Amino acid sequence: MTKSELIEKMVETHNMTLNLKTSELLVNTVFDSIEEALCSGDKVEIRGFGSFTIRERNGRDARNPKSGEVVPIPPKKAPFFKTGKELKERVNV
Amino acid sequence: MTKADIVERIHQKIGLTKKESAEMVESVFSIIKSTLENGEKIKIAGFGNFVVKQKADRRGRNPQTGETITITARRILTFKPSQVLKSAINSDIEAA
Repeated sequence: MTKSELIEKMVETHNMTLNLKTSELLVNTVFDSIEEALCSGDKVEIRGFGSFTIRERNGRDARNPKSGEVVPIPPKKAPFFKTGKELKERVNV
Repeated sequence: MTKADIVERIHQKIGLTKKESAEMVESVFSIIKSTLENGEKIKIAGFGNFVVKQKADRRGRNPQTGETITITARRILTFKPSQVLKSAINSDIEAA
């Protein structure tokens, strides 16, 4: 299911409350909020779904496989999702 | 940040009542959960993909007793963040 299919599904399910435009704004706001929180270093916890956190990756020296040249990779941050208990159990059938 | 903060944002941005906003946010996650439960993936452009993966049986070890045990086959959920999200999170580093 893509984001646009999710937006359409929300309109079908809640046609008294949402039209295509408000549904799009709604779904985008949900994911934008999560992204903004993560960018400001905050973690996001959605009960029954899971939590998003930032993990720090150390810098390392990698090698260009073609030239053999050593390329330093700087430290960076990576988003990490931990599946919530309820969803973990529901997915594992 | 929790679901309540997202609900507040929806309430302010879309003008739905707080109750409606809460129902809508609940519904978004509910649809995502049922879809994943059916083994179907969720692709959110600019954010990332949630994919259900089948894992086979494998042998593991109880680190406390050293006993060998079989970890049973299972389905797990993985999240692969999009390049856009990864860059956004590192933007403060790139800008510096």
